[in-house]
Amino acid sequence: MAPTPKRQAAPSRHPLVMVATRKGAWFYYGDDARQDWRTDGPHFLGHIINHVVLDPRDRRTLLAAAKTGHLGPTVFRSTDFGQSWKEAAQPPAFATATGGAGRAVDHTFWLTPGHPDEPNVWFAGTSPQGLFRSADGGIKWAPFSGINDDPQYRQWMGSVQDGTPDGPKLHSLIVDPRDPAHMYFAMSGGGVHESVDGGRTFKLAIEGLECVEGFDQNDPTFHDPHCVRLCPSNPNRLYQQNHCGIYRLDRPSTQWRRIGRNMPQDVGDIGFPMVVHPRDADTAWVFPMDGTSVWPRTSPDGQPAVYATHDGGETWQRQAAGLPADQAWWTVKRQAMTADRLDPVGLYFGTTSGELWLSRDEGARWECIAQHLPEIYAVEVIDLA
Amino acid sequence: MKVLIPSALRSYTEAAQAEADGATLAAVLADLDRLYPGIRFRMIDEQNRMRAHIRFFVNGTQARDLAQPLRPTDELVIVQALSGG
Repeated sequence: MAPTPKRQAAPSRHPLVMVATRKGAWFYYGDDARQDWRTDGPHFLGHIINHVVLDPRDRRTLLAAAKTGHLGPTVFRSTDFGQSWKEAAQPPAFATATGGAGRAVDHTFWLTPGHPDEPNVWFAGTSPQGLFRSADGGIKWAPFSGINDDPQYRQWMGSVQDGTPDGPKLHSLIVDPRDPAHMYFAMSGGGVHESVDGGRTFKLAIEGLECVEGFDQNDPTFHDPHCVRLCPSNPNRLYQQNHCGIYRLDRPSTQWRRIGRNMPQDVGDIGFPMVVHPRDADTAWVFPMDGTSVWPRTSPDGQPAVYATHDGGETWQRQAAGLPADQAWWTVKRQAMTADRLDPVGLYFGTTSGELWLSRDEGARWECIAQHLPEIYAVEVIDLA
Repeated sequence: MKVLIPSALRSYTEAAQAEADGATLAAVLADLDRLYPGIRFRMIDEQNRMRAHIRFFVNGTQARDLAQPLRPTDELVIVQALSGG
């Protein structure tokens, strides 16, 4: 494979930021300079929105994973940027089991558009952990790949008590931009998994990952990946924020390497999100949280900061200019931090306290562009023409 | 039969009240879903269990079984139970 240029030209576009929260969704339309933002929302006020994603293939199809406190989960679809929404005819749901002992989807957590060669294909990860696919742009969903009912996978998935506090999640669904048959997904808990045959089979991808002390590192049950990202500029490289550190994997190697060991010791390498640069596979960002003692899951010492690497994780630089200097006890969830494709790259994150932050210069300086929102679950951005 | 619809489900019915037919609670919910596609799955999961914060009352008495027989003169009230803040 030819070496990928370190930096490619960025397109001239303006961003649409999609914010999913515990109480609805908001859209922010930026100008070319990312200075002025037009707010559109709330959409689905009062609904629990775990993810909103605009299809980068048609730049028109918008899916929102929703439920409410009372009602079961569903997926809404829009093709006019949220002016109107239509519910999926068949939302993600497990197969009905005899005797009523089967699992029921509590919420759809993660949405991933498929490969450009498969224009209407989408994938969804749920809680409890399940993998689903739509072949018609998100209208009808069906269980995908057989893992949902596979006895081995069910053992690795564990029970509702074995995952994150609001339910174990299947997340980080990744389709290799070079090959629609090459996929990854991760489970909290349950490890990282890879398929090279279009999802017919998956194999474990947990070599080198640490797990909580005292547990068997070879058992995927005990692995808790928080967020896995593939570098678009070098699809052989993946970064991972895990419950037990920050890692990098360079294929064809199968060995994850704990690059978080290079983080400052007083900050540590625990967190939720992982963000990669769109054109430079050596650059990535994390948002550390306090994973000590009882796991407060707040910014360490109440001093929020992004950490960036520009050398594949060999060194990390603190990026806190513009962020609160102290007494800020929020953090950023795994889907709530992302990057646009402009030059310089814009970074965005949403906080558990309902603030939306922007950096126009790859993390050098931060500015709050929205506040007083509900708890932010996910932030996505797409560059519109 | 008359079915009273809670506010959370009126995006489907666009009214506080609907009419649906069926000899059992399950059949009435299936008829509602025919009239308002998608509404049943918001109340009943894929294992045919009532969702945790949805309750059904028939003539004022809670119905706990989807197989419960119903008569055309019954009144079905769908309730969104407490679900936190």
